[in-house]
Amino acid sequence: MTRFVVRRSLQALIVLALVSVFTFLIFQVIPNGSPAARMAGRTASPAQIAAIARSWGFNRPIYIQYLHMMDKIFTGSVISYSQQINVLDQIKRGLPATISLAAGAGVIWLALGILIGLLSAIRPGRLLDNTLGFLALTSISAPVFVIGAVLLYALAYRTSVLPSGGYVPLTDNPWQWFEHMLLPWVSLSLPFIGFYSRVLRGNILDAKHEDYVRMARAKGLSGRRVLTRHVLRNSLIPIMALWGLDFAGVVGGGAILIESIFDLNGVGQYAAESIKTLDVPPIMVIVMYTAVLVVVVAALVDILYAYLDPRISLND
Amino acid sequence: MSFTDISTTELLAPVPQPGEELPVQLGISPYRLAFRRLRRKPLALVAGAFFVAIVVCCLCAPLYARYVAHTGPDENHISETVVVDGHRHDVVSLIGIPIGPTWHSRFLLGADFNGRDVAVRLLYGGRNSLEIGFCAMAITMVVAILVALFAGYYRGWVDSVLVRLLDVIWAYPAILLGVAIGTSLTLGGISLGPVKLSSGSLFIPALIIGFVNIPYVAKPIRGQVIALREKEFVDAARTLDAGGLRIMFTEILPNLSSTIVVFVPLMIANSILLEAGLSYLGAGVQPPNPSWGTMISDGVTLITSSPHLVLAPGLMLVLTVLSINIFGEGIRDALDPRATTRIKRK
Repeated sequence: MTRFVVRRSLQALIVLALVSVFTFLIFQVIPNGSPAARMAGRTASPAQIAAIARSWGFNRPIYIQYLHMMDKIFTGSVISYSQQINVLDQIKRGLPATISLAAGAGVIWLALGILIGLLSAIRPGRLLDNTLGFLALTSISAPVFVIGAVLLYALAYRTSVLPSGGYVPLTDNPWQWFEHMLLPWVSLSLPFIGFYSRVLRGNILDAKHEDYVRMARAKGLSGRRVLTRHVLRNSLIPIMALWGLDFAGVVGGGAILIESIFDLNGVGQYAAESIKTLDVPPIMVIVMYTAVLVVVVAALVDILYAYLDPRISLND
Repeated sequence: MSFTDISTTELLAPVPQPGEELPVQLGISPYRLAFRRLRRKPLALVAGAFFVAIVVCCLCAPLYARYVAHTGPDENHISETVVVDGHRHDVVSLIGIPIGPTWHSRFLLGADFNGRDVAVRLLYGGRNSLEIGFCAMAITMVVAILVALFAGYYRGWVDSVLVRLLDVIWAYPAILLGVAIGTSLTLGGISLGPVKLSSGSLFIPALIIGFVNIPYVAKPIRGQVIALREKEFVDAARTLDAGGLRIMFTEILPNLSSTIVVFVPLMIANSILLEAGLSYLGAGVQPPNPSWGTMISDGVTLITSSPHLVLAPGLMLVLTVLSINIFGEGIRDALDPRATTRIKRK
């Protein structure tokens, strides 16, 4: 087990190193115009552009620039091009909103995904299963920003039942925090609920034909007990793994669309705004930070899997 | 289904019990069997037909533009008027609110803030969205299958390197990676040797989306290749002195076909959704080129006064992706021999 943990952690470290190089390359090697020329503005002289390039280090060799950038990321001193603010401070400012979004939506989509998956698996192929299946497919097929925009239009602009966006910190006013987060939670959760319920339904139906289920039935357990104590427990392991990864993605700013629609001023929206101004350092740092979260969670999930399921070969 | 459609072999075939392998039915290929199962799913067939209808409509966009709407996708009519039921309306009112759906040939679904015909843009945008969806799917599938074959067949260091690379792409949420590459590419386009893509090219979002989706297809297929390479028929081919490439492409690849067929609609649907997301954030299709994502993005700021700007492209997007997904699910069930045993027969 220790060997497996060490090996898996080493793999994660390698992927992390590759991720940092890859993220850097996306913004450096691909010919995207010189950032110095963009910063200097339209009427700048070549000498001014060269001066900016020198002060930001754009004229150094590419590997030096990479090391420089990594150094700045680790010391938390990355400065954005457009407003020249510390990127890390901006990300920290966005974290409460992003974490509120991820925590609330994560709970909703996990609970409802499991509930709906379970309900559809009880009598597969019947009316309830088919209806829930159709709804699940619809929610997967609807882009989150369309769901968000329509909900905003119906509940905020048209009827003003709920506020039309923005973020109120939990510590300021818990009720307003809840009111502001409700629509983002719902819109972000819907596709996840659809997806999770389908995955869980498939897992349960596959598990129903396993020997241990027949064994449990044979020793006289009721169908419901077999379902909740044996089938569900085994089918939930992959769901939890999936949840860990998706949750990490949302915390890392992956809910960029929802955050911009509802103006939550979270990490994702910071990325979206940086895109509009073509401000490379924040996008790079956010993308890297998300990837790090996902890689770490993926490694944890694998280790937890090995711990929970003795059938998983530790040598692979 | 008419009576003559049922062959005697099918009638005589024993009903499989749950958990039991389906008996081999002589004379019918697995694909014919799958096709038969698919024909028994009216919802999947309707969805498939609906999707084809959408594709045909979008392909006919220039015809609609010229003969029905009499305007192109990028033509502004901002200061013009249109007669609806004998009344004259401004296409865009003095305070900047565009006209809603007229349900007539001109401005059938209303106009946008530049006075452009929403219905025309919807069809042209659909053409772009579908084009990107299909191209991205093709890129994903080709690269993912190659990676999966090489990684799964050769194992060893080839496998380690390729899987680590897949892990790198997979570490980013698809939308963030797409946005990162998209921002970078839309600044200057790509010039790879003789191939030059300008920053407005539709191929750039297709390339990005195709690239981002690779690990989601390559990983499961690699797992299958690893299982297949231990099968007897691969050993047989090896004893006949077949080389690695030959085994991969003539022995293993055909056995992956049903998985590949299942992934195709799924990837088209995912690519269209991702395109919409990227375009919404400004990192996909570049204006004035329409796509469903850019249209929604343009319309969102005006949603209070003109909800049709979001509803029309949003609805088209949902209907298209939903029809692909329903059809895809039908195909998956039809190709999966366990599907029939999964659902208990009465």
